[in-house]
Amino acid sequence: MSEAPLSVRDLTVSYQHKPVLWDVDFAIPEGRTAAIIGPNGAGKSTLLKAVMGFVQPASGEIRFFGDTLEARRSLVAYVPQRSEVDWDFPISVMDTVLMGRYGRLPLLGRPRAADREAARRALEKVGMLEFAERQISQLSGGQQQRVFIARALAQEASLYLMDEPFAGVDVATEKAIVELLKELRAEGKTVVVVHHDLSTVGDYFEHVVLLNMRLVAAGPIEEAFTPETLNKTYGGRLGMLSEVAERVREYGLDERTG
Amino acid sequence: MGQLFLEFWRLDDPNVVWVLAGAVLLGGAAGVIGVFAFLQKRALIGDALAHAALPGVATAFILFQTRELEVILAGAVVSCALGILAIDYLVDHTRIKPDSALAIVLSVFFAFGAFEMTHIQQMPVGNQAGLDKLLFGQAAALTADDVRVLGIVAALILVVAALLFDRFRVVIFDRGFARAIGMPVRFYDFLLSTLLVLAVVIGLQLAGVVLMAAVILTPAAAARYWSNRLGLIVILAGLFGVIAGIVGANVSYIAPRMPTGPWMVMAITAIFFVSLFAAPERGLYARWRRRARLRRRVAEENVLRTLFKLGEGGDQRRWAGVNEILRYRSLSPVALGRVLRRLEAEGHLEHADDRWRLSGAGLERARAITRRHRLWELYLTRQVELSPDQVHDDAEAVEHLLTPEMERALAEELGTPEADPHGQAIPADNPRAGG
Repeated sequence: MSEAPLSVRDLTVSYQHKPVLWDVDFAIPEGRTAAIIGPNGAGKSTLLKAVMGFVQPASGEIRFFGDTLEARRSLVAYVPQRSEVDWDFPISVMDTVLMGRYGRLPLLGRPRAADREAARRALEKVGMLEFAERQISQLSGGQQQRVFIARALAQEASLYLMDEPFAGVDVATEKAIVELLKELRAEGKTVVVVHHDLSTVGDYFEHVVLLNMRLVAAGPIEEAFTPETLNKTYGGRLGMLSEVAERVREYGLDERTG
Repeated sequence: MGQLFLEFWRLDDPNVVWVLAGAVLLGGAAGVIGVFAFLQKRALIGDALAHAALPGVATAFILFQTRELEVILAGAVVSCALGILAIDYLVDHTRIKPDSALAIVLSVFFAFGAFEMTHIQQMPVGNQAGLDKLLFGQAAALTADDVRVLGIVAALILVVAALLFDRFRVVIFDRGFARAIGMPVRFYDFLLSTLLVLAVVIGLQLAGVVLMAAVILTPAAAARYWSNRLGLIVILAGLFGVIAGIVGANVSYIAPRMPTGPWMVMAITAIFFVSLFAAPERGLYARWRRRARLRRRVAEENVLRTLFKLGEGGDQRRWAGVNEILRYRSLSPVALGRVLRRLEAEGHLEHADDRWRLSGAGLERARAITRRHRLWELYLTRQVELSPDQVHDDAEAVEHLLTPEMERALAEELGTPEADPHGQAIPADNPRAGG
């Protein structure tokens, strides 16, 4: 039996002494399509950034297929949030997708025919092949997202990590990404997606990680994605606060008596 | 003056050769490396580095009491490196924003340098040192040795930039991704900063501390207007730098009291302004032309749609008078006349005396425009939930920009509707197919 493509153990991350993630602990089984969900500020993107080694965790251990990222890098593809780059940058769609191949090129090596072929295949999969020679500044938001995903596909990895690929895309792009998720699943690849739309979680994913600074639940949708866990993720803290506020009112404990 | 120009290009005077070679090498190398700084949004880093070089130059002179270029440059490199480290430290470890960090480092280093310069002036050998020329540069003092050093450094910059062009591109465009695929991002950062420092340092003698920022930055800003392809932008920026170098050297020879550095900057600024106005697509003139064309099309399409509306429910190609059209369109009669004549010339309208009607082709186009207009209005009321009377103006602006694909997507999303929010029929996509 092989090791989980991604396992996170006791991960704690803080920004300038403010904790953002506490003791997060989960594993994604091989071949699954998983969503990381949680309210704004729950630390979803931070989790992905910590997993990719962009932010230094205060503690915890992250393993890819049972080993470090350094050792397994060629198996891991990452899709950043679309808003993280300047789309006015002078570069063509083809050259952007080719970036997916640089991880395997030697120091001064240039992309070869095989790399171009891989890039073309990736573009075809996201339905963007006809845009290969366009400048990225001429693309719509959804098309930009598809180019980013194509770049990850060009890496021909086993584990795909995507940060909010569905954020602000058009219907056609959403459909294309969903199809792609199915295709990747059929090929036995593992996909982890930071997601914000609760209504589609059940349709698009098989596995879920519910996060609100702490891990609320992780597992197959049927088990982990329940009204109770959702309430804990999205409404829990708010509910508790309002309950406390209620009690305070009940007992007349306000500033005057305090 | 023409005589002096010819004299310059005879290149008999070795001094002319050194100045020309120096200015060209500097312009080319600084222009090329400037593109990367420009795309990193670190445009001001060149300025900060140039100022940060000053204390290094002065310290080297005080310590070794020599004007030897290698020594002075080494001092400049060291203090530039310290400057970069200071900027990065401030950005990474404090709440100070990058632009403030640049400004702080720039002024502190420059102040310290200026203080040292005053001290040098009072030293016995200080007056002959000519170090004060580093503020604005003095190309005329270039020697063959200086140019050799300049040439080596410029070649180094160009070779590294050419070899690592696409690596730099990945790191600058998407740092996160570059790190994710295991590229040594910090190493490339360091390399880019080093090349920039080298460009700044070789420019001190020619252009001086104050002007180096312009020599690095302006060619990149100008070249960006001409192309969307990074390779071409880099080549153009280098070329613009070279041209500026030639102009600077030339002017300073023809008018002997004119310094080379400032004239290089004048030349590159002129190139920038030409680019700003005249560049195809991104230039101001091209943009203005595009907008004027759109305005003309909007006026035409609006008139066609009015004629379509007038004929609706009856004879689709009925005659309409100018006053009738003016009731629906807020145009002056003169402007309307122009639009009508243009439409006639295009074959969309026919006219007899003062009355106009749609031609066959005009009717087709008018129907298509009306369809787009009403689809868009319906979309706005249904999906954006505006009330029908709010909708009209918005629809006017957008309908002219809808592409056929967008129109199909709209119709699909609205379930192929038959009437707009005002209850008017939406013409079918293809009237012939519909009967």
